[in-house]
Amino acid sequence: MLTKEQLITPENKIYGKPTLMNETPMHYCPGCSHGVVHKLVAEIIEEMGMEEDTIAICPVGCAVFAYRYVDVDWIEASHGRAPACASAVKRLWPNKLVFTYQGDGDMACIGTGETIHALNRGENIAMIFINNAIYGMTGGQMAPTTLMGMKTATCPYGRQADLHGYPLHITDLAVNLEGTCYVTRQAVNTEHP
Amino acid sequence: MENGQKDIVLLKGNEVVAKAAIRYGYDGFFGYPITPQSEVLETLAADKPWETTGMVVLQAESELASINMLYGAGCTGKLAFTSSSSPGIALMQEGLSYMAGNELPGVIVSVGRGGPGLGTIQPGQADYFQAVYGGGNGDYNIIVLAPNSVQEMADCMGKAAELTFKWRMPVIVLSDGVLGQMMEKVELPPYRPRRTDEEIAKQCPWATNGIGLKNRKYNFMSTLEFDPQVMEDRNQKMAAKYRQVEAEEVDYELYKVDDDTEYLIVAYGISSRISMKAIDLLRETGVKIGMLRPKTLWPFPNKILGQLSERIKSILCVEQCEGQMINDVRLATEGQATVFHSGRSGGMVSSPMEIIEDFKSMARERMSNNWPKGYWMK
Repeated sequence: MLTKEQLITPENKIYGKPTLMNETPMHYCPGCSHGVVHKLVAEIIEEMGMEEDTIAICPVGCAVFAYRYVDVDWIEASHGRAPACASAVKRLWPNKLVFTYQGDGDMACIGTGETIHALNRGENIAMIFINNAIYGMTGGQMAPTTLMGMKTATCPYGRQADLHGYPLHITDLAVNLEGTCYVTRQAVNTEHP
Repeated sequence: MENGQKDIVLLKGNEVVAKAAIRYGYDGFFGYPITPQSEVLETLAADKPWETTGMVVLQAESELASINMLYGAGCTGKLAFTSSSSPGIALMQEGLSYMAGNELPGVIVSVGRGGPGLGTIQPGQADYFQAVYGGGNGDYNIIVLAPNSVQEMADCMGKAAELTFKWRMPVIVLSDGVLGQMMEKVELPPYRPRRTDEEIAKQCPWATNGIGLKNRKYNFMSTLEFDPQVMEDRNQKMAAKYRQVEAEEVDYELYKVDDDTEYLIVAYGISSRISMKAIDLLRETGVKIGMLRPKTLWPFPNKILGQLSERIKSILCVEQCEGQMINDVRLATEGQATVFHSGRSGGMVSSPMEIIEDFKSMARERMSNNWPKGYWMK
């Protein structure tokens, strides 16, 4: 029987895990897309040759442990404050690639102020926003992005406008701010058409 | 502007904080306007240090953002500061806890006003508890420096810069609205160049700035820990450091304290300046009174105060609040002396005569307890 080493040879290899991704087992739930996004982030940093010039800011939420999986320097910000933290880091280290990695509770609820002002100041940072429409880490409570009628632990009968108000479309807000450079919205759970 | 140049100027305390920070080679300032400290950011904006030393100056959207910007700066090994006043410092408490938990450098200038709540915009010293005991969660301490002149406002920016990296913990410069707003003659420090990236990498190998990543494991800053034993180990390591700071960094000044001193005033900041006048007046009438002025509020000068209270039995604690530092004075004296409060609050400030009146009440109390008559008035 062929061993793994015999099977996987450079001439056979058409795809590999980015070297910045380490072997630490991920704590994310099965089916969660964080792993996919982590991999994309790691690939891009490698592609750009920015390993020594990246400062990543992770949030409070499921991705609080993001620093365990991608081998660059990470700062864990307090809940919602990643854009403020990143603003200072980028201004102090203008030649570094600085990005935040935040969920919807972090970016679009407790940290809405920091998000909008960092965008509007035109901070030279990237913000990766992972929206699953609930608070995942604390057990599936309603988030500002929870859709109308969607059931969560704190709205078991579904989100209702009269009780909970409406979902906050933070990316649409971002588009309308003068300091924002580029906004794109992508799904990572389906094949690209 | 040349390295090594000294300048003597007449400036407000707040203005001096900004100018001293530029000269001490600070890398950044992040702050939000609030009375009575807005001149710090105004002076920085006028002086444009980003064009000379390369210092970054950014007006944040809130004090929450300011302290988290300072947190980011500290994570990457940069020397940065923020300044604010009472309600703004209240908003920063969570960030301070995170900074302490990650053992980060960072300097916070607190220019106190009367409280609680929005309070007044007049001077106050009601934020002793806030600075020394903090409002953030968890086991942590922060070094608190207490200047009592505009010159010391400048000096403290240098001392704070040194201490915050030496001990890897945030340092608060606790000032008050009087010191921030009053003008005095000041000798500004000579210009000191900001550290280069290489110097930062050498001084802060723990920092998350990417430097040298190919030859080391990645760095990360995190206060989250699910294993309570690991968390306790971390807390005990920090506690050991705090005990070391208490042993090495206590700083105080004795004013007219000698072997014959019978009464002691304990005061910091602006209260110590007013108390000096009261002491001078009382000494003219023959009262043997002196003052201990803590220059560090944490660590607090417990040892010297304990020693003094072995022979000085009446202590007047002067502070511009309803009594906060008095708790630490009582703890330090361990019941060996009776400690009385003197001070105004809510933005009112004691006059020397009010302190003298409080001293007289203290002395009368002492006499009513069958101490020799006329003890204080010879």
